[in-house]
Amino acid sequence: MTLHYLPFESDIEETERKLHDLELAAPGYPNAPAKDIQHLRERLQRQLRDVYENLTPWQKTLVARHPDRPQAQDYVAEICDEFVEMHGDRLFGDDFSIVGGLARIGDQPLVVVGQQKGRTTKEKTQRNFGMPQPEGYRKALRLFRIAERFRKPILTLVDTPGAYPGVGAEERGQAEAIARNILEMLALKVPIVTVVIGEGGSGGALALAAGDRLLMMEHAVYSVISPEACVAILWKDGESPDRAASELKLTAGDLQRLGVADEILPEPPGGAHRDPAAVARTVKEAVLRHLSALRERPFEALARERQDRFRRVGDTLVNPPS
Amino acid sequence: MGLFEKSIPQELWVKCEGCHEVIFKKEVDRGMGVCPKCQYHFRLTVTERLQMVLDDGALVEWDATIGTTDILGFRDTTTYPDRIEQAQKKTGLTEAVVTGEGRIMNRAVAVGVMDFRFMGGSMGYAVGERISRLFDRARERDCPVVLFSASGGARMQEGIISLMQMAKTSAAVSRFREVGKPFVSVLTDPTAGGVAASFAFQGDVIMAEPRALIGFAGPRVIEQTIKVRLPNGFQRAEFLLEHGMIDLIVARPNLKTTLDTLLRLLSHTPS
Repeated sequence: MTLHYLPFESDIEETERKLHDLELAAPGYPNAPAKDIQHLRERLQRQLRDVYENLTPWQKTLVARHPDRPQAQDYVAEICDEFVEMHGDRLFGDDFSIVGGLARIGDQPLVVVGQQKGRTTKEKTQRNFGMPQPEGYRKALRLFRIAERFRKPILTLVDTPGAYPGVGAEERGQAEAIARNILEMLALKVPIVTVVIGEGGSGGALALAAGDRLLMMEHAVYSVISPEACVAILWKDGESPDRAASELKLTAGDLQRLGVADEILPEPPGGAHRDPAAVARTVKEAVLRHLSALRERPFEALARERQDRFRRVGDTLVNPPS
Repeated sequence: MGLFEKSIPQELWVKCEGCHEVIFKKEVDRGMGVCPKCQYHFRLTVTERLQMVLDDGALVEWDATIGTTDILGFRDTTTYPDRIEQAQKKTGLTEAVVTGEGRIMNRAVAVGVMDFRFMGGSMGYAVGERISRLFDRARERDCPVVLFSASGGARMQEGIISLMQMAKTSAAVSRFREVGKPFVSVLTDPTAGGVAASFAFQGDVIMAEPRALIGFAGPRVIEQTIKVRLPNGFQRAEFLLEHGMIDLIVARPNLKTTLDTLLRLLSHTPS
């Protein structure tokens, strides 16, 4: 059982509760419920598949923000054989909404940087709900430069509602920090693979995602604006964010069709939080596969190809090949 | 001929957004769109800006044929193509930026001017493409870039493709940097969101007009998020200068000569 159910999971919740009760009761009634348990388990799997194969874009947004969803540190713990977290931007402070450091996966050393929303109320506050301030982006950039200096590839894990809109963030140059990260990432002479593991919130996500490959978890979203903010600006009449989520084309499938995402990484029925270990294996396999392909490229050419990749994005949508 | 004649010819008086005084319009026009009472810098149209900055106001326009595509089939209370059409009628422009080649005190420059009246100066594919090609062409011609920003950010009607314009224009800036010619970014009122967080803050020199609103998040979003009244002057050009985020603030009467000086000092090599 998961801790939290989303509004469209009421049938799933009911089945899972019955199953839970039966399983608890089972030892006292050795003969009776085995068949019922089996039956309920099958029903649960069926319901999970039915619901999760037909999620609307807004429902996917809610799954992407699910409180139990694996976060950057969970992936690091599952995927990396070693990890040393590094702190601070050397300019102002340390932003806990971004975690990063030196890591090793098998015999591949690398730099990993990701947004971390936090799990408990205390941790969420400490991590500012995964909304970085300029010092977070500048810490990320510092780690990217270390990666380049020691010729290590970079893995970034994107999971943020967006860059933090606050007074201090503006005073310290939020726009400048994001603009600089994008510009410098595009010129880094090492491979960069990004996985959107949950929520890709606009420029606050892009500041970690100007890389060579963009992979998206099946139920991750990546958007220029949140459906809530979009609906408030464009509809103004209490229209629900459902509508904006559909118009924005923010799902992994949409992004692959639009030529922005390179690959979609499958999640189990019910979402990544129902089997984090299996999902981490999927991510690990994909990341290593892309890194090993990118390692074949001369690092000088890599930056140029990365620039061209973004330079061409959308071209075939605007001028369809005849 | 008044500088503002083309945009709002029928109005004799204008209300200044800076001091809320009603001012004789011809006086504003004569002062390059600056309020004679409080020095507020009115938002300019592309034509007004070009007149102010370029020799004879002459621009050889580039990439005007790059138009807007409704990539997503986006529809809110109206369709995206409808919004584009309205903006085109209102401004007489095809998109929210005009780019081309002109001269500043006889020096060839690649110039871009954004117009906030065109859907809030928002950046979609067409704006991103025109700006990227501006940098490409400047690189090929080995000439400096002067770019006037005025934008609320990315154009949400183009979804993720509009966000990608931040990376696209940055890629063009990155390539342009290889030729060693300067990029002077001029932030005008307002410059925010995805435009601020990409090329606008990637200039070798970043200057701003007095009191221009400049930032990543808009003031209303910040107020709603943190539930406090924002201090006076927050996110204005003077605030950014104080916090070390821009190089200088230049009032319009000094704009052209300042650009000339900067470009000359950045280009000149001793014989």
